[in-house]
Amino acid sequence: MNILNPALRIPTRRNTELVLLIFSVLIVVAAEAAVEAARDGKLSSRLVTYAAVPLVAGVITHLVIRKVARYADPLLLPIVVLLNGLGLVMIHRLDLGSKQQAQQNGNTFDGAQAPTQVLWTAIGVSLFIALIVIVRDHRVLQRYAYTLALIGLFFLMLPAVLPARFSEVNGARIWIRLAGFSIQPGEFAKILLTIFGASYLVQKRDVLALAGRRFMGIDFPRARDFGPLLAAWLVCIAVLVRGHDLGTSLLFFGIFVVLLYVATERASWVIVGSVLFAGGAYVAYQIFGTVQARVDLWLHVFNLDPYGSARQLQQSLLGLGTGGVFGAGLGNGHPELVPLATTDYIISSFGEEIGLFGLVGLLALYGVFVSRGFAAGLAVRDSFGKLLACGLAFLIALQLFVVIAGVTRLLPETGLTAPFLSYGGSSLLGSWAILALLLRVSDAARRPATTPPQRPAETEVVAA
Amino acid sequence: MNRPIRKVSVTIAVLFLALFVNLNYVQVFKGNAYRNDSRNQRVLLNEYSHPRGQIVVSGTAVAESRKSSDELKYLRVYPQGPVYAPVTGYYSFSYGTSGIEDAENSVLTGDDSRLFGTKLAGLLTGRDPKGGSVELTINKAAQEAAYKAMGGRRGAVVALDPKTGAILAAVSTPSYDPNQLSSHNANTISKAWTKYTTDKNNPMLNRAFRQVYPAGSMFKVIDAAAALSLPKPITPNTQLSSPNSYWPLEPQRTTKCPANHAAPCVENFSGETCDNGKTATLAFALAKSCNTTFSKLTVDTIHGSALAAQAQKFGLDPPYAGTQPPNFCDPVAFTTPLSVCRSSPGSTTDLAQPDTLAQTAIGQRNVELTPLQAAMISASVANNGTLMKPYLVAKEFRPDLSVLKETTSQQLSQVIDPTLDTSLISMMEGVVTSPEGTGGPANITELGPTVKVGGKTGTADHGVPDKNGNLPPPHAWFTGFALQKGDPKIAVAVIIEDGGVSGSETTGGLAAAPVAKKVMLAYLKAIGGN
Repeated sequence: MNILNPALRIPTRRNTELVLLIFSVLIVVAAEAAVEAARDGKLSSRLVTYAAVPLVAGVITHLVIRKVARYADPLLLPIVVLLNGLGLVMIHRLDLGSKQQAQQNGNTFDGAQAPTQVLWTAIGVSLFIALIVIVRDHRVLQRYAYTLALIGLFFLMLPAVLPARFSEVNGARIWIRLAGFSIQPGEFAKILLTIFGASYLVQKRDVLALAGRRFMGIDFPRARDFGPLLAAWLVCIAVLVRGHDLGTSLLFFGIFVVLLYVATERASWVIVGSVLFAGGAYVAYQIFGTVQARVDLWLHVFNLDPYGSARQLQQSLLGLGTGGVFGAGLGNGHPELVPLATTDYIISSFGEEIGLFGLVGLLALYGVFVSRGFAAGLAVRDSFGKLLACGLAFLIALQLFVVIAGVTRLLPETGLTAPFLSYGGSSLLGSWAILALLLRVSDAARRPATTPPQRPAETEVVAA
Repeated sequence: MNRPIRKVSVTIAVLFLALFVNLNYVQVFKGNAYRNDSRNQRVLLNEYSHPRGQIVVSGTAVAESRKSSDELKYLRVYPQGPVYAPVTGYYSFSYGTSGIEDAENSVLTGDDSRLFGTKLAGLLTGRDPKGGSVELTINKAAQEAAYKAMGGRRGAVVALDPKTGAILAAVSTPSYDPNQLSSHNANTISKAWTKYTTDKNNPMLNRAFRQVYPAGSMFKVIDAAAALSLPKPITPNTQLSSPNSYWPLEPQRTTKCPANHAAPCVENFSGETCDNGKTATLAFALAKSCNTTFSKLTVDTIHGSALAAQAQKFGLDPPYAGTQPPNFCDPVAFTTPLSVCRSSPGSTTDLAQPDTLAQTAIGQRNVELTPLQAAMISASVANNGTLMKPYLVAKEFRPDLSVLKETTSQQLSQVIDPTLDTSLISMMEGVVTSPEGTGGPANITELGPTVKVGGKTGTADHGVPDKNGNLPPPHAWFTGFALQKGDPKIAVAVIIEDGGVSGSETTGGLAAAPVAKKVMLAYLKAIGGN
């Protein structure tokens, strides 16, 4: 009877989101309570702060979504709030550990990171709201694709051209440091370039999909169509050369190859991309000491000086092993033994304190997040939306894979953060921006078209 | 475009699966190896985060954990550090554990497999885990008297309960302060460690159990036991040949021994005569510690094999083959649970040839004894010839203070027939009480005539002669026992390194015997004498 008003037939699922959000907040509060109980033997008023952060972030974003993206996927936001909150709890827990360690050595500790992360969360939420309110239709982004690409490249190159004192932290020139704040513009560049890539490939997909030469049963593109791929490859190499940033260049290239593949549906691009990647990796290994050091560390981590550069990975593995299946319990382990544990190595902190079970739970959360991203890409009708959602979901997945593989010694460590969990403004802001875009695409995917009224057959496809 | 998106998502699933498999490898398969890796401080940090059990002596803790305000939540404290250090050992974040802290670690941490039930119950009821306690056999009065009597001189004191083998005192001086090594300040620890390990007096060596010394005249107790046990027995009153000089390779020769041990010749201390210079009774020879009597008796009558067999009954090793002494501390003789180095009568050749056997008989040549072994000799004599195995841990307690294990005493051997042993006891008493005896300073008269002390002094040459042919001052030994109304109460061995004067047997007695007396007296007073 409601065929003419499909909005009534398709549930918005906003209440599901709200219920899940409540669970997210409860889990975060429980985690913080566990930390405080283990560290101090009693609960403090800080607990209110750590309950308020996910609660306020969740409720505000939820209300905004109700207003401007009411058909959006109901799982994405609760997962992000949960991950962000758990990350905050772990950063706070590491602060406590580092503080004690400093006192032990007779030093004072003034590097508490949790308050900063709270601030960054607030900024991230604001960015999220701004994005989802301003970008009412993701297809608008297509119009500004080249502008965004230019901004992205500018962001990417900026640290490389700035003097080292503004841009270098721990040997990687990927920062902009100003007035006590430091941001990693590459975190935003990767999103902007993903938008550009999706937009560009939607326009060029027919040309790029043209069969070139057939070789060993696979259609290879024409030589001149390699242009965009080569350009992306060169950008990645440039990032590597100037910034010594292995992770970001790997991420860029991976995304571009996947976008090409999805746009053209030709496996040959993956093959060509893999060959280029292998070539680039080989050359990088030959030329750059950083890359050689990372590979050497990966292969011989336990033969190296336990107080040298190998300490991070060594302590990460020892912590993970000590955590075992069930973990030491939040607040009961010693994740602060891993240097700089709040960023790249936050996963090993979790592994030590909540064990294999807890880590697999976190992996599952990310898995659901990524799969909901892909689902939005599958369900949305326009090609740009498909590419965008797929690209962003893949971005999160690849980044997570690379960082976990690094800290668990599956692959050489490359220096990326765990999305939503790790300490760091740029990483957190970028992740919230990705959430806004994914929600926008998923909203478009499920939103019933009102004008003109859709035919029932189409509605069914959408609902499926 | 949906088909490639699905393929990409499957690829992602495969990547996540790879992470899952690798996490299982790291956290489960390699978990134990990583947990126990030497570079991993986490297990140690956890140990520090709950209270470690006490080490108790006579009802007071000599090692206990006290709450501290730093990251390592409990500080290990040794209220009388240096006195008990050779027994307690240390518990150091930087240098691990030693002594009882090491040997009883699993009970003290509460991680012992026998405590699994307690641990599980604690886990279920949410009680904070804590360790079990260990009660030592050490007697507070004896240990502290021994430490005080040594007064910082290099040496060791061991006291045993002859009837059980319980170790009543184990002192090694100079000692070290385990509080320094168990500090939570890395700087303090490494400074103390450097100080102790570079000190030429080696304060961290447990001399009582882990250092061997030449036995000197103390070994004559073993000669005497072997002589009493011969098939054609020798009694305390048997007159034995006691020349002023004894040439084991030329038995008829009577000329004076050359100076500085230049030829195989045995003479009495300072060239003294023994009794009338021709013969002396066994009892007299032991009391005055006549060298020639025991050398000649051993070479002519006892022989090397019987002496070695007798020594083995007292707890020494059989003679070793070859000329090179083995590492006496590896393998160890036994554990108390602290490891005790082996004692040795020398090599098979030493016991086979007359010249070397003559020296072995008076505890020189290659005879090497730990102070604990010296105490075991007196303990077995006092205990009707029955040697009990020395032990240091009386009881292990669960964290709830119920008894986990109580050590039962264990017989090692019968060193001599009990009827013959009475002669040996009275001869050793003669060392302390007879006018010619060398052990007079050990005698206890304070507690009335019911207390009788027996023993044997030793003045053991050691080291290599300097360019003038002079040896460093000899070690001063005393081993003895106290009987109260005929009941063996305590056996003691004392060694003071370089504590004697070369050539004078009485100096061993003068230096070491008073220490033994103080320890025995303190103990007898503490147990209330009945």
